[in-house]
Amino acid sequence: MDFTVNILALGIPFSVALLLASLGEMFNQRAGVFNLGCEGIMAMGAFLGMLVPYGAGHGAPVPGTFNVLGLLLAMAVGALLGLLFGLAVVTFRAPQGIAGIGLQMFGVGTAGTLFRHFVGGTQSVPGIDRLPIPVLSDIPFIGPVLFSHNPLVYLTFLLVPAAWYILFRTPWGLRVRASGANPRAADSVGIRVNLVRFQALAVGGALAGLAGAYLSLCQVKMFSDEIIAGRGFIAVALVYFGHWRPLKITGGALLFSFAQALQLAIQGQGIDFPYEFAVMLPYALVIVVLAFSRESLLLGPTALGKPFNREMRT
Amino acid sequence: MEPNTGKITSLRVEHITKRFPGVLACSDISLSVGEGEVLALVGENGAGKTTLMNILMGLYRPDEGRILINGEETVFRSPGDAFAAGLGMVHQQYMLVANMTVLENIALGYTRAWSPLALDLDMVRARIDEISRKYGLAVDPDAYVWQLSVGEQQRVELVKTLCLGARFLILDEPTSALTPQETDELILLLRKMTRELSIIFISHKLQEVKNLSDKVVILRRGEVVFEGSTADHSSDDIAALMTGREIHLPRNEAPECEGKPALDIRGLKVRSDRGFLAVDGLDLSVCAGEIVGLAGVSGNGQRELAEAINGLREVEEGEILFFGRNIADHSPRDVIDAGMGYIPEERNTEGIVPSFSMKENFILKDAGSPRFSARSFLKLEEIDRNADRLRTEFDIRSPDTDAAAGSLSGGNIQKVILAREISRMPRFLVAVYPTRGLDMGAAEFIHRRLLEKRMEGIGILLISEELEEILDLSDRIAVIFKGRIIGTLDRRTADSRKIGILMAGVRNDEAV
Repeated sequence: MDFTVNILALGIPFSVALLLASLGEMFNQRAGVFNLGCEGIMAMGAFLGMLVPYGAGHGAPVPGTFNVLGLLLAMAVGALLGLLFGLAVVTFRAPQGIAGIGLQMFGVGTAGTLFRHFVGGTQSVPGIDRLPIPVLSDIPFIGPVLFSHNPLVYLTFLLVPAAWYILFRTPWGLRVRASGANPRAADSVGIRVNLVRFQALAVGGALAGLAGAYLSLCQVKMFSDEIIAGRGFIAVALVYFGHWRPLKITGGALLFSFAQALQLAIQGQGIDFPYEFAVMLPYALVIVVLAFSRESLLLGPTALGKPFNREMRT
Repeated sequence: MEPNTGKITSLRVEHITKRFPGVLACSDISLSVGEGEVLALVGENGAGKTTLMNILMGLYRPDEGRILINGEETVFRSPGDAFAAGLGMVHQQYMLVANMTVLENIALGYTRAWSPLALDLDMVRARIDEISRKYGLAVDPDAYVWQLSVGEQQRVELVKTLCLGARFLILDEPTSALTPQETDELILLLRKMTRELSIIFISHKLQEVKNLSDKVVILRRGEVVFEGSTADHSSDDIAALMTGREIHLPRNEAPECEGKPALDIRGLKVRSDRGFLAVDGLDLSVCAGEIVGLAGVSGNGQRELAEAINGLREVEEGEILFFGRNIADHSPRDVIDAGMGYIPEERNTEGIVPSFSMKENFILKDAGSPRFSARSFLKLEEIDRNADRLRTEFDIRSPDTDAAAGSLSGGNIQKVILAREISRMPRFLVAVYPTRGLDMGAAEFIHRRLLEKRMEGIGILLISEELEEILDLSDRIAVIFKGRIIGTLDRRTADSRKIGILMAGVRNDEAV
């Protein structure tokens, strides 16, 4: 019982960074842009998120506003990087896969370099504390699993239905989906496809930046070069796994995170199981699940990865 | 800006010129349409019809010239501007998002139902209802577009265009994918609609031009070569003006042949990409020296059948006997070596490798044969000789045989494929939509070649949607519906009405 509670209570906050980044990536891909640079934006977000409270307090506790400012800065720069990516792949129609790898390397490298210049060695920050919800968090089992996390965890899970609503019930969501599924059709009814793609990239970048800042301020409470550890790429895989739908993506993020929590628990409990295999578990799971989730691609963004050029003759 | 909702009483296009890299798509084109008029814009492929319409719709910007609506000059910077002016276009490739519902597709352009945080789908629904009743166009707003037939999708396009406030319709080859019955219905519908609005429609089917239009404008190589009233000119006149010469499509008039079955398909079942049985218990046989035309609305299993015969798709059940030998589930190489020739449906992606040169495309199936290679090296001189010979023989127009095949026009690409397949001396030929989208000159050439091959004793399975093509060429006509042969007709008794009824899935002709 305790073992299960531990895994679930650990897995849910683990899933937040993945969930934020993959919801962002979902908007990108729904609009038709494949952003493999998610990892780079997350790295920049992680660095900038901790830089603000660290600069204010040098590791000592600081007022909460500095943490919020850190999150906002991470989102703003994330959005900016998203737009920069848009300049390359939407305006100049660079191949999206290659440009994405470029953005990933740029983000990770720049974040590391700036970190060494402004901060130096490994420094932890107090970060954002947990905020157990009164009364609810005292309920046995459910309390520790669902209601004893930091505020960003709650916000992120509220974002899931919000993302669904935006995508399927607002005009902007309709424009995003049309731009990714049939940009010519969208264009023919007067939708400015490339503008929509830029907007989606800004939203996706902001969410990826936030995901990074969550890691450095809430989960790890410090910055290191390897802080993202491939989560950006996992987020991209989760979007495919979730067939571009917020709820399915959430399911995927939770599955991966619970597997991650389980493997940590296995190691922590001293269970006799080779730890190399335990560490592999979540990744192996993603590969297996992806291999078996080739459902109708017709429901996704069929123009994914293709730049839109109105005067191109087909 | 509050959209103007008054009638469009005149549309004038003056001296429009549009250049693409290396092509003069439109050269000094002028035309005008009055209230309630139907103008037919005809011309061969590449004559500039679609480019001109895309300029009218704000999709392309003209290099020169101007557009006047009700006498006022109007500049379209984007499709939005063209809508605002009241122009609506139904494109040849429908501009619908397949994985959205009809309602969502229409909401996409119906900005009046938009507010930042919510989409008023009820308002869109009411609008669809209003338009459906006004013009007698029934659509199901909650169906997904991918579930609809081509005819239904076209109706959705019309409803969409009208819902978005079109007061002037532009239709780009509206009947190219319809059955004859659907075509007749559409023409009746459009005739009724001229009470409310004017129409420009693009077509190269002369019968429709005669039936529907008041005025006809003929384009050739980007220029207007003729403008006049439809009633004063026969279909033949228009055809001659269109191509710049007289065209006589050849007909199969040879006596019936009594060869042995070359291809005999029994109880064939094949799955489509989406997993359902697209070919579902199909029986069909074709004799040597016979052309069997397989008619049907596309999407009834034609693609899957052709791919199964050529070893490109797994066979679920049944036999494909090719000169007595079962070739079901054999590799494409085996099928080719058995003497099968194949003109595939997608000429640009399946028929050729677009980035390869023409001469390389000629030897795609024979690169390893002793004729073109020795000791793992290509015999370049022989390849050149082969290419020069085929280029002359098949009248393929390109500067040389080194040109990338993908850079050729549709008709020339099809000739490259035909040349390759025929020059390999096949024992049988499967031709899928061999003249789709080609102009009459190229179609005529291909028809002649197919008939020649028939006379030489080769069996041909001709899969087509063009009834005229099927009626002109076939010895027997089989109609495919939902993966089965629903009926077979002899060429002496077949006509387009009978075939059309079978194409719609009605089996008992006598009852109609």
